[in-house]
Amino acid sequence: MSLPDNFFGRIIFLLERYGGSLLRGAGSTILIAIVSTAIGCLIGFIVGVIQTIPVRQSDNIFKKIILKIINFILYIYVEVFRGTPMMVQAMFIYYGSATVFNIHMGKWFAAFFIVSINTGAYMAETVRGGILSIDPGQTEGAMAIGMNHFQTMTSVILPQALRNIMPQIGNNLIINIKDTCVLSAISIVELFFATKSVAGTYYTYFEANSIAMAMYLIMTVFFSRLLRWMEGKMDGSDSFDMATTDTLAHTSGMLSYRGKKKNNGRLR
Amino acid sequence: MGQTILEVSHLGKKFGDNVVLRDINISVCSGDVTSIIGSSGSGKSTLLRCVNLLETPTSGQILYYERDIMDKGFDVPAYRAKVGMVFQSFNLFSNMSVLENCVVGQVKVLKRHRKEAVEKARFYLEKVGMGAFINAKPRQISGGQKQRVAIARALAMEPEVLLFDEPTSALDPQMVGEVLGVMRTLAGEGMTMIVVTHEMAFARDVSSHVVFMKDGVICEEGTPEQIFGSPEKQETRDFLSRFFDR
Repeated sequence: MSLPDNFFGRIIFLLERYGGSLLRGAGSTILIAIVSTAIGCLIGFIVGVIQTIPVRQSDNIFKKIILKIINFILYIYVEVFRGTPMMVQAMFIYYGSATVFNIHMGKWFAAFFIVSINTGAYMAETVRGGILSIDPGQTEGAMAIGMNHFQTMTSVILPQALRNIMPQIGNNLIINIKDTCVLSAISIVELFFATKSVAGTYYTYFEANSIAMAMYLIMTVFFSRLLRWMEGKMDGSDSFDMATTDTLAHTSGMLSYRGKKKNNGRLR
Repeated sequence: MGQTILEVSHLGKKFGDNVVLRDINISVCSGDVTSIIGSSGSGKSTLLRCVNLLETPTSGQILYYERDIMDKGFDVPAYRAKVGMVFQSFNLFSNMSVLENCVVGQVKVLKRHRKEAVEKARFYLEKVGMGAFINAKPRQISGGQKQRVAIARALAMEPEVLLFDEPTSALDPQMVGEVLGVMRTLAGEGMTMIVVTHEMAFARDVSSHVVFMKDGVICEEGTPEQIFGSPEKQETRDFLSRFFDR
């Protein structure tokens, strides 16, 4: 079968022949992006929380030294992984671990590992910012009823910080969807790798990459909408039910307070 | 007079070279309502925050049932659970409903069962007149309502002492009335309270002991009759005249 001589014909030709492999590539892209963003967020939360542990003068010297050392290591981690290209990191870790330490990690493990710790480095700063953005009064309110640092963080500060950094988590997810393409450097078959193979077979670089462009765009737009929707869910309803202890009042229905209109992530 | 709960002695607080509190001595017995008055910047709030260890005093002692709260082994969270605090800016947890605000501390700190905690929370919310609003989020209610929820949150921990840090200063006159009404009721029921306030009528009518602070020291203290009726110091007279000559 020969190649059609118009653009759209060639697109359809490629889709018919290689649609499956492109979709599988896109599937890998999404899988790596979502899993790594999730793990990266977890790393970011842990690092961000450790970095914001308050140190008081009255704390014992042992705790202070331990925290200093941990914070220094975390600082190095954030700076190194934020400050070097992910493609170089991929090569460095995947080939480096094999040559120097004789550790042969699977390339899929390497893929998740690299994207996760990379995202973690960015998220650490984001989480730190998210925590700092919460009114200190929230911490004081929690401390004043006797909560310790850990309880204050998990019950009060992090839920609010998480809401505030959702747009940034969305950013990271979208960046990861696009940037997994650098993993083709360690021959992970994701969307970009699949596209290159398809393009190379028939010398249809423009057509194949048009398809890839469209597929990347569909994925990123879909996930950005999904995250907006999740933000709305986290904000909860704008109205609330009045509770009543008067059982007779139930028959006449619940009063409902109508707050401001839904605002789709814009300022209130 | 009941048993002495809190004993503040020779308390001092410095922020760097800035001396905020000097040689403060106060003792609080069970059932006392102590009002701390004085102009802004006189150290009233800092004193209250020291009592709850939100600020660490730089000298002196605070004894809670004769135990120094600044001792190394002292269980600060447990102490804070016993000494509740109500803030000027409410500080309700904005990620939680009104009910959850009053439940979370009981469950996490006092390890109460959730069912019991919810019952207690509802009881105290009802008491401050916020029983109908348990499903609301803090952003959906007014300032006076927030402060009443904050009081219920503190009460739900069933504390021995309640500290109020200018609880009405961020509110309009009507809301001030709502909140002071709740505080009067509590005082009438024998709750031990330390109240930093600019509400002179409240200090005069409700408290059993009034402390007037100026420039980080206790300038004069006594019964409301003494302080408001026949103050001894010129500073006290000057301060009070500004409130009552309006």
